[in-house]
Amino acid sequence: MLTPEHIRDFLDEVKDPEIPVLSLNDLGVITGIEVAEDGFVTVRMTPTFAGCPAMEYMRAEVEQSLKRHGVQAFTVQMSFSEPWNSNKISEKGRKALKEFGLAPPQPYQGILVLDILEYAECPNCHSTNTEMRTPFGPTLCRSMHFCLNCRQLFEQFKPL
Amino acid sequence: MLENAIKDLLYKIADDQLILGHRNSEWTGFGPMLEEDIAFSSMAQDKLGHSLAFYTLLHQMGEGDPDTVAFMRNADQFHNSQLVELPIGEYDFSLIRHFLYDNAEILRFESLSQSTNEEIAKIATKLKGEVRYHVLHANTLVKQLGSATQESISRLQQSLEYALPFALGIFEPSKHEQELIDAGIYSGEAALQNQWLERISAVLEKTHLKLPEIANLQPVYGGRYGQHTEHLQPLLDEMAEVFKIDPTAEW
Ligand SMILES: [Zn+2]
Repeated sequence: MLTPEHIRDFLDEVKDPEIPVLSLNDLGVITGIEVAEDGFVTVRMTPTFAGCPAMEYMRAEVEQSLKRHGVQAFTVQMSFSEPWNSNKISEKGRKALKEFGLAPPQPYQGILVLDILEYAECPNCHSTNTEMRTPFGPTLCRSMHFCLNCRQLFEQFKPL
Repeated sequence: MLENAIKDLLYKIADDQLILGHRNSEWTGFGPMLEEDIAFSSMAQDKLGHSLAFYTLLHQMGEGDPDTVAFMRNADQFHNSQLVELPIGEYDFSLIRHFLYDNAEILRFESLSQSTNEEIAKIATKLKGEVRYHVLHANTLVKQLGSATQESISRLQQSLEYALPFALGIFEPSKHEQELIDAGIYSGEAALQNQWLERISAVLEKTHLKLPEIANLQPVYGGRYGQHTEHLQPLLDEMAEVFKIDPTAEW
């Protein structure tokens, strides 16, 4: 009998196409998995950034993954009912981001203040003596920062 | 009826985002610097995503499907403020419009995130985080360029004076205003406008730009009731053209 845990394991194979080291589970966009009595599977997802063009691709990949594992009756729903925020990126995901050379978003409590938007730890030398260059990078989820210590430009997964 | 009042409010928001998103995307490949090119393209993507979120909510409330609603209406059926439909002009104008609009939009989302309507509150809570980056971008650049050279200051000042009456049109009161306020849907246009003036004044004070006396300005109203400049219909035609060629194209 298929359980939600099985499905979650399948989804570990599905990666963010823009950051191929990050699974959808670690990204925190899978908000619910249900398996009904009759075996019907419902997977709920929520977008990172509402306009992220990779979300439709990720949804299709989830469907492919379910099919590959022999799940025949399923639906994958995208909604804002449990909105994403960057605190939902797992510890494992944060480590993977760092190894990928992308500064992970600083976890925060309560409201996201300007200081956290601008804060970033350099993934090259780990200095926090850095400044934000622009909040818009090569993809919607990345901002551009400059490290004043090793004098290199780097990208951060934006806190949201 | 409250439902109609809510729909009217959601159309205003969604249409503003859709139209400004398309205008912002016109900077792709033409930004004055690569960074600005990327910024306007990214904000365009965000705004189109935001409009889709609200059209989807409208669809759940019984309105047409998002593609039809976005690409198949005529100008007189659009509820966007006239500010967002104006051509991109020179970079100074686009920057000032972005500054005036996004500082208003984040306040609208902040208010809606407290809404008694849970669906709206959830979406607004999510999207205000994204808009915060737009505001950060606009405020940073206005502070920089508004205190840079004599030329950049005077160009921005000119754009500010031109755009401001249109920006006041963002807050054109709707006929459902009191109903929405009483039901706790949001705080209403007058309250938003007051907060907005405080926010933009605080930024402009850090520059050499002067905020014109608001009381002396005639706000450009009409957009919320389907009255638009001659610039909107050609933009809609162009959007519909792209949609008709490939209805499955991503937003
Ligand atoms: Zn460094």
